[in-house]
Amino acid sequence: MNSANYLYVAALLFTIGSIGVVVRRNAIVVFMCIELMLNAANLAFVTFARINGNLDGQVMAFFTMVVAACEVVVGLAIIVTIYRSRRSASVDDASLLKR
Amino acid sequence: MSNAWLTSLGLLPLLGAFLVSVLPEKNTLLIKRAALGTTLVVAGVAIAMATQFQRDNVNFQFVETHQWIPSLGINYAVGVDGIALVLILLSVLLAPIVVLAGWNEALGGRWSVKTFYILLLILETMMIGVFASTDVFLFYVFFEAMLIPVYFLIGGYGSGARSAAAVKFLIYSLFGGLLMLASIIALYVLSGDQGGHTFDINALSHLHMSSTTENMLFLGFFIAFAIKAPVWPFHTWLPDAAESATPGTSVLLLGVLDKVGTFGMIRYCLTLFPHATKTFTPIILVLAVISIIYGAFLAIGQKDFKRLIAYTSISHFGFITMGIFAMTSQGQSGATLYMFNHGFSTAALFLVAGWMSSRRGSSRIADFGGLQRVTPVMAWVFFFAGMSSLALPGLSSFVSEFLVLVGTYTRYPVAAVIGAFGIVLAALYILIPVQRALHGPVTEGNENLPDLNLREKVAIAPVVAVILVLGFYPSPLLRVINPGAAHSIAQAGFSDPLSSIEKAGK
Amino acid sequence: MTSNLLVYLIALPLFGSALLLLAGRKTDKWGHLLATALSAGAFGVGLYEFSQMLSRANDQRAVTQKLFSWISVGSFQVDAGLMLDQLSICFVLLITGVGTLIHIYSIAYMSHDRDRRRFFAYLNLFIAAMLLLVLGDSYLNLYVGWEGVGLASYLLIGFWNQKPTYATAAKKAFVANRVGDLGLSLAIMISFATLGTVSFAGVKAHAGQASTGALTAIGIMLLVAATGKSAQFPLQAWLGDAMAGPTPVSALIHAATMVTAGVYLIIRSNFIFDAAPTAQLLVAIIGAITLLFGAVIGMAKDDIKKALAASTMSQIGYMVLGAGLGPVGYAFAIMHLLTHGFFKAGMFLGAGSVMHGMDDEVNMRRYGGLRKYMPITFATFGLGYLAIIGVPPFAGFYSKDKIIEVAFNMGGIKGVTLGTAALLGAAITAFYMTRVVVMTFAGNKRWDEKAHPHESPALMWVPMVLLALGSVASGFLFTHGNSLVNWLAPVVAPNPAHRSEMLKPAVVSILALVVVLIGVGIAIMKYLRADVPVVAPEDVSIFTKIARRDLLQDDFNEAVFMRPGQKLTQALVLTDSAVIDGAVRGVARMTKGSGSVLRNTQTGFVRSYAMWILLGAIGLIAAIWVVTL
Repeated sequence: MNSANYLYVAALLFTIGSIGVVVRRNAIVVFMCIELMLNAANLAFVTFARINGNLDGQVMAFFTMVVAACEVVVGLAIIVTIYRSRRSASVDDASLLKR
Repeated sequence: MSNAWLTSLGLLPLLGAFLVSVLPEKNTLLIKRAALGTTLVVAGVAIAMATQFQRDNVNFQFVETHQWIPSLGINYAVGVDGIALVLILLSVLLAPIVVLAGWNEALGGRWSVKTFYILLLILETMMIGVFASTDVFLFYVFFEAMLIPVYFLIGGYGSGARSAAAVKFLIYSLFGGLLMLASIIALYVLSGDQGGHTFDINALSHLHMSSTTENMLFLGFFIAFAIKAPVWPFHTWLPDAAESATPGTSVLLLGVLDKVGTFGMIRYCLTLFPHATKTFTPIILVLAVISIIYGAFLAIGQKDFKRLIAYTSISHFGFITMGIFAMTSQGQSGATLYMFNHGFSTAALFLVAGWMSSRRGSSRIADFGGLQRVTPVMAWVFFFAGMSSLALPGLSSFVSEFLVLVGTYTRYPVAAVIGAFGIVLAALYILIPVQRALHGPVTEGNENLPDLNLREKVAIAPVVAVILVLGFYPSPLLRVINPGAAHSIAQAGFSDPLSSIEKAGK
Repeated sequence: MTSNLLVYLIALPLFGSALLLLAGRKTDKWGHLLATALSAGAFGVGLYEFSQMLSRANDQRAVTQKLFSWISVGSFQVDAGLMLDQLSICFVLLITGVGTLIHIYSIAYMSHDRDRRRFFAYLNLFIAAMLLLVLGDSYLNLYVGWEGVGLASYLLIGFWNQKPTYATAAKKAFVANRVGDLGLSLAIMISFATLGTVSFAGVKAHAGQASTGALTAIGIMLLVAATGKSAQFPLQAWLGDAMAGPTPVSALIHAATMVTAGVYLIIRSNFIFDAAPTAQLLVAIIGAITLLFGAVIGMAKDDIKKALAASTMSQIGYMVLGAGLGPVGYAFAIMHLLTHGFFKAGMFLGAGSVMHGMDDEVNMRRYGGLRKYMPITFATFGLGYLAIIGVPPFAGFYSKDKIIEVAFNMGGIKGVTLGTAALLGAAITAFYMTRVVVMTFAGNKRWDEKAHPHESPALMWVPMVLLALGSVASGFLFTHGNSLVNWLAPVVAPNPAHRSEMLKPAVVSILALVVVLIGVGIAIMKYLRADVPVVAPEDVSIFTKIARRDLLQDDFNEAVFMRPGQKLTQALVLTDSAVIDGAVRGVARMTKGSGSVLRNTQTGFVRSYAMWILLGAIGLIAAIWVVTL
C-alpha cells in the first residue's frame, strides 16, 4: 500500500482536529480535538519513519504520546476544576485574563 | 588584606541589610539604629581605605580579580583610581547623613520601615560597586541593578505622583542602559576578533576600530551617561523623580546616582573611545552650555523647592560635563571635585528643603515666608546651602566651578564665557526663593513651625563643615584627584594648552 | 619680606563673626563689645605693620605671608597668600580704622535692636572679607574677599529683611554685584589663559609679554567688575536702594570701603591698564559719566541717605576717573578715596545721628533748623560738607582738585572733555551738598510736633568728631611733601616723564572754587532764601522727574533685562514641559496607544487564538511553499 495514503489520513485528522478546536466551545470537545491533532502528528511521524526506514519517527511518536498523556492529566484536571467553580465547560466563559 | 578592601567595603552594607532583615519589623528604632550603624561603619572603613591610597600612582589600586563567567571572559574585577575613590567616599559619607536626616521619612510609605532600610543598604552596595568595578560587564550589572532599589524607594516611599515618577525614572534609565548594553556587546565582539574575549577596561582601551564603529559605540555609552547625569535634553525625568522621592532618596539620586553618568563619561567614554571623544566634543560642549543656562533659567521659573533644586542640579551637571570635555587638567580635576562638592551642597539644600516641606506640609515656595524670624537655624542652613549652590568663594563649590571655567577657557573660550553667565543666573535662582521663603513678614501658616531639632542639626553639621573646609582647603581631595584626572586626559590624547605667552615664546 | 601677623588681620574679625553667629543668643550681652574689640585689634595689627613699614626703605616695604597652597591643578597654582604693600596698608588702616569707629557708633545706634549681635557679626564678617580683598596676593584671593564683601553687604542691606522692599534691595545689590563678579572671573580666566598665572606678582612680571588685545580684554573685564562693586555706570542702580541697610552700614560699606574696592582693583592692576590704553580710556570715561550721573541724581533726592548715596556714586566716579588717567592719576585717586572715606563716613554717621533724633525720618523736607538741636552733629557734618565741596584747606580740596587738574593735563580733546566733566561735577556737588546741609540744619523747622530732635549720645558723636578731624586734616597730610604720591610710588610706578601742563594747579584751584561758589550760591538762593515745601512739588521739569527716578536706570534695566528675562523664563518653563518633556511623554503615549490598538486582537477567547495560530501556520507553510516553488 502507498505510504502517502497514511499521510492523507494524518492531514485529514489534523484538519478535523483544528476545525474542532476553532469552532467548538465545549472544553472537553476542544480537548479531544487537540488529542486528534496530536495523533495526526503521531501518524505522520510513524509514516515518515517507515518511508525513511529508520526509527527516529517512532521514537518521536512515543515522546508525543507521553507528553499527550501528561497533558490529558493536567488539562482534564483544570477543566474539571473550572467546571466545578464556574458551572460551565465553555472555553468562551473562561476569559478571566482578558477582563 | 590590602586587596580585599573594596570587596569588604561593598559587602558591609549588604551584611547590614541582612541584619536589618532579621530584626523584628515592629521595632523600627532598632532597625534605624542598625542601618545608621552600618552606614557609619562603612564610612569608617572607606576612610581607612582612603588613607592607604597611594596618591601618585595612576594605576588602579586595591585591585581584585576573580573569574566570574569564564566562558564569556567576564571577571569580578574591582579597583579604584583617584576619581573613583573620591566618588566612593562621597557615596559612603552621604549615606549615614541621609539615614540620620531622614529618620522618619520611611513612615507613611507603601511598605514597612524595614524594607526601606534594606533597600537603602542594598543601594549603598550598588553605589560602591558601580564606582569600583573595572570590568565593563560588572559595571553594567551594577549600573542597571542600582535602578531597582531606587525605583522602589521612589515608588514606595515618595509623595505625590510617586509611581509615575518612579516608572519614568526607571524606563528612561533602562533605555539608556539598553544602548550601552549594545555598545558593550559590540566591544566584546571586537575584543574577540583582536586576541581574546574580554570585558577588562584596560584591555578594551587598546582596541582598534574604524571611526564609524567608534563613533557609534561612543554614542551608545554617552547617551546612557547623558540620561543618567542628566544632560539637556535628557533631563526631564529628574525634576519629577526629585519632586516625588523622599528627601533622603533625592539626595542619593542627585548626589550619587547622577554622578555615575559623569563618572562614566570620564572612565568609559574618554578611555575607550579617545578619537570619538575628539569628534563629539564640540557637540557635547554645546549641550553642556545649554544645560548650564537652560537649567538655571528653569530653576528661576520653578514654584516648587524640590523641582528648583533639581533644575539647579541640571545646571551644575552642565558645568561638570563641560569640565570633563574641556580636556584640560583643570577642567577634569575641577569636574571631579565638582561631583564631590555638588553631592554635599545638594545634600544640604535638599535636606533642608525636605525638613521645611515636612514641617509645612508643602514644598511650594509661595507657601513659605519670613522663616528667618520663625526658624532661624533652619533658615541659616538653607541660606548657607544656597550660597554653596551659587558657588560663593570660600565655599567648596567655588573651587570646583572656577577650575572648570578656567580649564574650559584655556581651550574653549566661547563655551567658558557663555557658561560663566551661569554665575549671574545662579544668584537669581538662589536669592529669589531665599527672599520669598526666608525674608519678608511671617506669612500665615508659618508662625509655629519648629526649628531644627538636635538630630537634624547633627545630620547637617558635617555637611556644612565639609562645604566650608573644602572651600578653603581643597588640597587633600585635589591631590587624590589630580593624577587620575591628568591620566584620563593623557589617555584621550590631550595635553594642557600652553598659555599665550608661552606659545609666543616657542 | 614676610610677616606672620598678616593673617591675624583677617582672622580676628572672622573669628568674631563666626563666634557671634554660632553661639547665638548666648553672646547677646557682650557680643557687640567683642566685635568692636576685635575690629580694634585688627586696627592695632595694621598700625603695627604700618610702623614696621615706615622703618624700612621705600622699596622694601611690602611684606607677604604664604599660608598654604589653596588650589593646585596642573599649571594652575594659587596659594592662600597675603601681601601687604604700600597700597594695601592705606586700605587696611582705612577699613579697620573707620570700621572700628563705626563699630563704636553702632553700639549706641543699634542699642534698641533685638538683633544687635547679628548686626555686629555681619560687620565683623565684612571687615574680614574686605581685608582679605585688599590683602590677597592674587586675583583669585581677591575674588574671595570681593564676593565676601558682597555677601556681607547683602546681609546688612537686608538686615531688616522682614520688610519686603529691603529684602528686594539686598537681592538687587547682590545680583548687580554678581554681574560685576562675572567680569572679574572672566578677567581671571583670560589672565590665566594668556599669562599662565593669576597672582599679582606673576601678572605684573609677564604683562609686558602679552598682546595688547588680551590685556585690553582683561582690563575691560576688570572694569566691568569695578562698575559692579563700585556702583559705576551702568551697574550703579543698586546703590540707592542699598540705603535700606542700617545707617552705619551705609557709612562703612556703601561709602567708605566696599564701594571703593573697584578703585582698588583698577589701581592694583595698574600694570594691565598702563599697557592697555583703550581699557584705560574706558575707565576714565566711565568715571566721568558716573560722576555726572551721581551728581545729577543727588540734586533731586529728598531722602538724605539717598542724596548721600548719589554723592558717593559721584565721588567714586572721581576716583575711577583718576584711576583712568594713568600713572599720574593713581595716587590722587587713592588720596580722594581716603579723604572721601573720612568725610563721607562722617556725613553718613551724621545723617544717622539726625535720623536717630528724628524717629528714623529720612525725608529732608521734614527736617529744617536742626543745628540748634544737634550742634555736634551739625559741626561734624558741616566739616564733612566743606571737605566734599572742596573748600581749602579741607581734605576734598586737595584730592579733588588734583584729579581735575590731572584730567585737564591729559591734553587734547580727551583732557578738555574729562576735565570739564570733572569741573562741572564739582559745581553740582557744591549745589546738592549745600542743599542737603541747608534743608537739614538751616531754615525753618518743618517737622511734626511729635518729633523731639536731640543730640546723640557720646558713643555716637565721638566717632563723628574723629572722622570730622580726618576730613579736616587728611588732605593736607597726604599732600604735604607729596607724601602719599611718594609712598605709593613703588606700587603704581608714576610716570617720571614731565607732562605738558595745560593748566597750572593754581588756575585749576581758582576755577574749581569759582564753580563751587556758583553751585553753593544757587543752592542757597533756592533753599535758604525760599521756603522748602514739605511735600515735594510735582509741577517740576521733566529733567527733575527723570533725576528723581535715578535717571531711568532702573526703568532701563527693567525694560531691557528684567522683563524680557522673566518672559524668557516663562517661555522656557513652558517649553520644557510642553516640548522636551512633551516628547518624552509623547513616546510613552505612543507606546500606550499602540498597545491599546493591538489589545483589540486579544479577545480572550481561546478559540480565536487557536485560529490565529492556525492561520499563522498556514501562512508560514504557504510562504515556504511560494519560496521553494
